[in-house]
Amino acid sequence: MVRAERVYKAFGHREVLRGVDLDVARGEVVCLLGPSGSGKSTFLRCVNHLERIDSGRLWVDGELVGYRRKDGRLQELKEREVARKRSEIGMVFQQFNLFPHMTALDNVSLAPVLVRKQARPETRDRSRALLERVGLGERADAYPSELSGGQQQRVAIARALAMSPSLMLFDEPTSALDPELVGEVLEVMRDLARSGMTMVVVTHEIGFAREVANRVAFMDGGVIVESGPPGEVLRKPKSERTRSFISKVL
Amino acid sequence: MAPAAHLEPLAYRPVRHVGRWVGVGALAVVGAMLVNTLVSNPRYQWDVMWANFTTATTLGALWVTVQLTVVSMAVGAMLGTLLAVMRLSPSPLVSSASWTYVWVFRGTPVIVQILFWNFVSALYPQLSIGVPFGPELLHGDANQLISPFTAAVLGLGLNEAAYMAEIVRAGLLSVGSGQTEAALALGLTRLQSLRRVVLPQAMRVIVPPTGNEMISMLKTSSLASVIAVTELLYSVQIVYSRTFEQVPLLLVAVVWYLVLTTVLSIGQYYIERHFARGGGATGASSPWKVLRRSVGQGHVRPQLTGSGGLV
Repeated sequence: MVRAERVYKAFGHREVLRGVDLDVARGEVVCLLGPSGSGKSTFLRCVNHLERIDSGRLWVDGELVGYRRKDGRLQELKEREVARKRSEIGMVFQQFNLFPHMTALDNVSLAPVLVRKQARPETRDRSRALLERVGLGERADAYPSELSGGQQQRVAIARALAMSPSLMLFDEPTSALDPELVGEVLEVMRDLARSGMTMVVVTHEIGFAREVANRVAFMDGGVIVESGPPGEVLRKPKSERTRSFISKVL
Repeated sequence: MAPAAHLEPLAYRPVRHVGRWVGVGALAVVGAMLVNTLVSNPRYQWDVMWANFTTATTLGALWVTVQLTVVSMAVGAMLGTLLAVMRLSPSPLVSSASWTYVWVFRGTPVIVQILFWNFVSALYPQLSIGVPFGPELLHGDANQLISPFTAAVLGLGLNEAAYMAEIVRAGLLSVGSGQTEAALALGLTRLQSLRRVVLPQAMRVIVPPTGNEMISMLKTSSLASVIAVTELLYSVQIVYSRTFEQVPLLLVAVVWYLVLTTVLSIGQYYIERHFARGGGATGASSPWKVLRRSVGQGHVRPQLTGSGGLV
């Protein structure tokens, strides 16, 4: 589903990704762990081309991200083509980024109507069902400012699901939440994982990673230091850096 | 939170605001003096003022002022939005073109710009529309094409665009980059995200200063009098140059300007309320509420508004 080969990215002189290799199979849940500044979020943003990579190769669903190969050369995709590919990848942000001037229902319905040109009545029914699924059927007409952080993040997940994505990216989805609200968001993500969704989750929730992830990848200094089943990486990490990180967060 | 039932209301002697009462007294005296002189000084010639208030000449000129204000403001707002988007463009050429425009049009007095457009036919006697360096499609004499009214709209509108560009730019920058990112991640194009996500939120920042600009434009439109556009000021000037009743005729203009600015302020309140959706606090208090409260209770509580409120 996602395939990264020696992905490299620098902001000016600061090298953020220094050769990331990662494979995520369809239906797999991969958690990216690591200290802040290790490049986890940047990598996630590269996957849907919110950041462009400087070198290496990145594929989603067998297609290059942001480019096409033509006559043996790379050709940059047009904005519409990039947008269409992004529409097939759901993304959930640390700060929720709900549109504050729209109700929860309109937040969820916006992209299907605007991007997929779906009819409004059907979209609203489907959006209502999605809000129901994340446990917010009652709050469809609430504005984001009237919702708690946990509720906002669940609306954001419903908004991403409205485009029926084949891949979901989570960028520290619970880091901006009060501790007592983390559980409800993780519960929705757990359900999503059970339904067979392919997920890449940047998180500091070791418990969630251990329970839900098929694989855990530990990032540091712009590379993946170690990856494998959560039981192995979290319990008996091979690298010294992984070991010291895990002993600090547990 | 409701107080517990067993608590008695606090009995206390409130602080006496002596200074405040002295101030109120002083203001009342000044106010009474003002009203007195307005009513008793015969040189105001209120009868002449009322006689000229709704003549065909005055109403015609009033209509010109309204047109001048609305058209110039529309030109300014549309061109200003375009300039703001250009200014934020990643292309340095596009963004510096916008910067240069603002530099020129904000850097020269608007009265000079109006005069300049009026005399533009001296610079370009012939105007034509066509393919650059190619065939002409339309052709005309500049003197006929650019009437004084058009010159005034160009002067006021192009100048306003420079200010609106800055206002819109501030509005666009006030919306966090996370909003654009979320929109792009959902598959919206840049234009869709600008129109549906960023601009509606930017409006909360854009509307209050734009209301000020509109009110300011209404008054600045009187500068068109220098190129003989018969708007409100020029029209009363024509009358008093004949009758020598300067004061009552200027009062005609003053009262009409006040009426129009009041109408605009009320309109601004409703537009602000529309764009406050989802924002928690509702912004400005309704002009009706302010009025009712001030009449009913004798004092108005200070309001935290995004704008100057009633002007």
